[in-house]
Parts: sequence; C-alpha cells; structure tokens
Amino acid sequence: MQSTSRNFKDNAHKALNDATLQRALLNVKSGFQENRARTVAGLPEFERLRDAGRDIKNHVLANLDFYLERFEENVTANGGHVHWCRTPAEAREKILEICKRREAKTVTKGKSMVAEEIGLNDYLEENGVEPIETDLGEYIIQLRHEPPSHIIAPAIHVTREQIAVDFRREHSDLDPNRRLEEPRDFTDEARAKLRDKYFAADVGITGANFLIAETGSTVIVTNEGNGDMTQLLGKAHVVIASLEKIVPTLEDASTILRLLARSATGQEMSVYTSFSTGPRRSEDRDGPEEFHVVLLDNGRSAMLGTEFQDMLRCIRCAACMNHCPVYEAVGGHAYGWVYPGPMGSVLTPSLIGVEEAGHLPNASTFCGRCESVCPMRIPLPKMMRHYRQREFEKGLSPQKARAGLSVWSYVATRPKLYRLATRLASGLLGRLGKVKGRLTTLPLAGGWTSVRDMPAPEGKTFHDLYRDRQAAKGGRE
Amino acid sequence: MAHPQPPESDPQSPSAPTAPAKSPRVGLFVTCLVDMFRPSIGFATLKLLEDAGCTVVVPAAQTCCGQPAFNSGDNKDTRAIATQVIEAFEGLDYVVAPSGSCAGMIREHYPELFADDPAMAQRAQHVAKRTYELTSFLVDVLGVTKVDAAMAGTVTYHDSCSGLRELEVKVQPRRLLAGVSGLSLTELPGAEVCCGFGGTFCVKYPEISDKMVTNKAEEIVATGADTLLAGDLGCLLNMAGKLKRLGAETKVRHVAEVLAGMTDTPAIGDPAASLPNKER
Repeated sequence: MQSTSRNFKDNAHKALNDATLQRALLNVKSGFQENRARTVAGLPEFERLRDAGRDIKNHVLANLDFYLERFEENVTANGGHVHWCRTPAEAREKILEICKRREAKTVTKGKSMVAEEIGLNDYLEENGVEPIETDLGEYIIQLRHEPPSHIIAPAIHVTREQIAVDFRREHSDLDPNRRLEEPRDFTDEARAKLRDKYFAADVGITGANFLIAETGSTVIVTNEGNGDMTQLLGKAHVVIASLEKIVPTLEDASTILRLLARSATGQEMSVYTSFSTGPRRSEDRDGPEEFHVVLLDNGRSAMLGTEFQDMLRCIRCAACMNHCPVYEAVGGHAYGWVYPGPMGSVLTPSLIGVEEAGHLPNASTFCGRCESVCPMRIPLPKMMRHYRQREFEKGLSPQKARAGLSVWSYVATRPKLYRLATRLASGLLGRLGKVKGRLTTLPLAGGWTSVRDMPAPEGKTFHDLYRDRQAAKGGRE
Repeated sequence: MAHPQPPESDPQSPSAPTAPAKSPRVGLFVTCLVDMFRPSIGFATLKLLEDAGCTVVVPAAQTCCGQPAFNSGDNKDTRAIATQVIEAFEGLDYVVAPSGSCAGMIREHYPELFADDPAMAQRAQHVAKRTYELTSFLVDVLGVTKVDAAMAGTVTYHDSCSGLRELEVKVQPRRLLAGVSGLSLTELPGAEVCCGFGGTFCVKYPEISDKMVTNKAEEIVATGADTLLAGDLGCLLNMAGKLKRLGAETKVRHVAEVLAGMTDTPAIGDPAASLPNKER
C-alpha cells in the first residue's frame, strides 16, 4: 500500500475539517471505550492475564525461529504448505500463483490487515482475479474504494447515511423502497449479496490472529461468521499472516484470546473463533482441498533484538487507537498507511522507514493511555520516543525546532544565564499581558496563540521572588 | 493542617539548624513553567510543605527537568540537564514538584537516561526514588489528611496524564480538596483524557491540540463548576488559554493554590483588575 504518512499534517487538517468524518468518529468513544471498561472490570484476573500474555509473546520472540519451524513441520504433516515470504511482492506473487493454478476467477476474503499491507486486492484485480471482501466493514470500504481506517472496524469513518448511498449505487437490483438505516439492514443486504459469492469462489483468503506451532493450526476471530464461510467453501484456503502471530500452544492461544476480545470490542469472546488445521481429510464432509500459509516478514525480523522488538507482541486488538485522543480527533486515514493510532505510530516507521513516517511518533502527547490499555503491555510512548531519538540523531527533525532546542538547552544548562533570560521574558510578557491577563497573539508562538490565548506570566520569576524573600528574612536558605 | 506523620525514611538527621530534628529536608523543584509564569504556585507549594513540617530548600542551580529535550529525542542535552538536577538535589531527603509531569520525568526517566553509565545511573536512581508530585508527597509520604484552607465554590478536576499514569496521582488531590471548607467537587467526565498540551506537541500540531482542548473546554464548562483545578501548569495554561479564547467564565487554578488557601491572586489568564469584584 502506498503511504501518505509524510503528509500527516495535511491529512489531519482535512480530517479535522470533515464534518461527516467527525460525526462518525464519535462512535469510537461511545462504543469501544465503555464496552472494554465494563468487560475488563468483570474479570478480576485481567491484570495477571496481561502479564501472562506479555510473557508468552516475549518467549516466542526470543525463540521465533524454533516456533516457526515447528509450525511449518506441523502444517506440512497435516497436508498443508507454508510459504516463506520476505517482501510484500513475494507474498503477492505466491498468492496469485495459487489462484492461477486453481484457475480462480473470484476469491473471497476474510479480514486481513496483512493483505492490506501487501496491497493484495489491487494486485489480484490487475491480474484478472476478483477479490470479494466478506467482512461487512471491509465490504463497505471495498465498495467505496477506500482503505480501512481502523484495524478491527475498517469502516468506522463512514456514517450509516453514507453506507446507504453506497449500497444503492453499487447494488443495482436493490429495491429503492427498501429500508437501509439500522446495522441489521446493511448486514442483511450484504449477506444476501455475499451468499452466492462464497459458493462461486475458487479460493478463500483469510488473515490469522494466531498461528499455533504445536498443531500447525491458524486461528481467526470474527463476529459475522464470514471467516468460516471463506475458509471452508473455497477450493483452496490461503492464510496470509505475519510471522509474529505465532504462539507455541493451544493453551497459549486460549490465554491471549481471553485478552483479545475484551480489549478489542469489549466482548468476553468474539462470536466465532475458528481454527483451521490443514486441508480437508478423506473422512471430512467439507473443507478446502488445499491449505496454504503465506508467512510474511516485511521487515519484522529486523525489529528483533532492537528497542522495537516489544512491538511484535501486538495482537491487533486496537485498544490503543480506541483510547487515543489523537486518533479520535483525526481518524485512521490521516496516519497514511495500513496501521493507524499508537500501534501504527510505532509499526509504520518500523516497516516503511522513519524517513517516510516520521510524523507519526511525533504526533503524540505521550498521554500514555494507549500503554495503560494495551493487553500485551507494549510501552508504546517509550517506543515513539525511541523513534524521535532516531530522527534527532539522523537530523530528520525540522531544522527550526532543532535550532530552538539547541539554544534552549544551552541556556538551561547555565542557571545564571537562565535566570536572566527568564527574568526578561517573564517581565516582558507580564507587562504585555497585564491589562487582559492573557496574550492573544505572540510572535514566534503562533502554534500556541493561533488556537488559544496565552495566559500572561505574573511578571516576576519564582526564583527572583524567593531570593528577595530570603534576603528580607536575613539570608536564610 | 493535621499532624503529619514522620516520613517513611529519614536516613540522616537533617542538618538545617532552624529545623526540628524530625523535619525532612525537602528540595523544591519549582519547574520551569511555575518559575516563569506563575510563582504563586511555587509559594503555595512552599507553604504546604512547611505547614506539613518540612524544611524546604530551593536549590539555585535548577532550571528545567529536561523534558523538552527528552521528548524531542535529544538525549545528550537531556543528560546534561538531568545531571544538573541530580547534583542540585541529591543531598536532600526528598524532591517535590508541583507537577506530575516533571516529577514523573525525574522519577521514571532519569535512571534510564544513564543506562550506559552505572555510577550516574545509581545517583539518578537515588534522586528518582526520593522524588514526588506535591499532593502525592503530602498524602502518601507525610500522611497529611487535612489542610487548613477555605474556598467557597464548586470546582472540577482534570487529571494530568503523567501524574495519573506514571505516578498514580488520582485520589490524593481529591482527598486533600475534600478538607477545604466551602468547596465542593463536581467530577469532570473524561477527567483522565489528555487536554492536548503534550509539551511541544501543542505547537507542533496546533490543529489536533486545538480539537483536544476544545473538547476538554466544552466538558469543563458543561460541569457548571466555577473553577477548574489540576496539578500541572502546562495543562492549566493550555486549558485556561482555550477557555479564555472561547469566552468561558470558568476560573483556572493549580490545586496547590487552593490547598494552601492562596486564592487571592488573579486566576490563570485573568487580569489583576478583575480581582476585587470577582474573586472575593
């Protein structure tokens, strides 16, 4: 997927001035936050589960090669195939190759962010294979020719009114008098359209929430059942997953599943948790004839052993973005690539480079709410700060900011000079703002005064006043 | 002020000749914003600490905690500033700041800055362990249960992010405010949501910051409280600046001013002239 992360500021500007988007974004707060809080409060061992989840993933990351090979052995033993792909191009080509071999005209897809990462839909279309998204949210944005704006609620930026317009435009046989207002109406309409597609599809492609080393199974979690239909009804099932999705055992997957839905949608469990273990066996009544796992690296293995390794614990629950005031203000598209919000602000520079995505780790107040809700205890602000360090060291941060910082640091490490500078600044600003108690414009501080007033300083610094007070007391300090 | 309990650890007996034997020597970390914008908060902090039986020292060699450099990725300058703070404060029993953000910086981040320098890391750790945000120090360390202050009116409270999430400052200011006679607290919905200040964030991304602080200002006004309180001047300047820009009447103060009974100064962003008829 082509990135526009470089234009984050412009993207954010447009998003903030898009009244429809702003209305849609109100759903983030009212839905996800309250639901998560309620479910988490209902599970006394939630904090201990977070520790357990973190420990499982840390263990995996320390032994990633071992578990990946074990996974491959078991997939192969079950009659499936694992394809190791370093780059998005390799992954795309491998998937197309499977589709071509099956002479596929259409493929159904269950939700996969990795498919977005490798730009799979566009590539398949260019090569004569029609991809059909089966998750309602993904289906909606496919109709709109948009990328997802959220990793579990891809169409959260769209209002119901917009969806109704899209459906009426794209579904030519839709009765004009048919009601399209409630979520149920949209689900019914999409379901009716998709039903035949499942049976006609030659290949079903899904993502994976987990890859289980001990059984060679892949796991996908959905609320609509579309994952099951996608993976069972196609003649071949292709799972596209990034390599950090691996967990050692079924038990480990169960532990993390208890964290996932609670953190994501605030459900205790998602409606469907589907395990796929190899192709259909002779005694099975249904299932795909072929089972493939396309394992994508795309820069992740290079994060191992660096200060960004902890990011690979991420289970894509979206709790961080659901609780991020910046995400809530600008929505997911502003971030400019596949993964938005706090997790995206760390993962995006890791995968496409800090040169391209340098804004993202900077566009944070470090309020820390993301880390406080992350089920895997990923220190997101700390890693964003690491990226700021890299940018500073590489000289990528803006020249003006660097110059200002350098002058400030020089003065701040010389207390006497600092006293003089603050005395002058405090006195000057205090006089300028004396009448109103605030300043409405201020040279060099347009970033502040363009949107809010600057309360005026009281006029003298604490250190000067304290020195005078101590002198009056007889020099006692 | 109720009788404070002795501090949990008092390794050396305090050397200040004027102080009672058990009086801990507390270094006041003024913070750069309080120093330059609102010394009143510094004096309120001083009064609260002295009332609680502390001997307060204000080391002259302090400027800032280094966060602007740290959050800009400039660790070299951050280390220089942190070293200055450590040298100025390491001889004292405690370091107290009227800010969760600066206290959090010293407490949570100084030690990691010196990961490659064991000797400095140890000194940083020594200072970090003794550093507290003001209300947390009063309640958690000194055991203060009641302050001697009065303020008529309804206040609402914003929990600044660093204090809340790095230092678990949440109940402490509320516990102390409950003892201020005449004051009632109306909780702010979304009190734990960032106000959009974020240090340099607010000037680097003013439009996003504006959206956040506008939401915050609207929620503050909707509480109907006549005064907004918080424990960090950065957030307070941001919220007061927005409330003023929107023409809201809400007064804005640092919680220390109220706890110290020092509310005779104009509120943040208010002119001195409005004092006689509005404040009293």
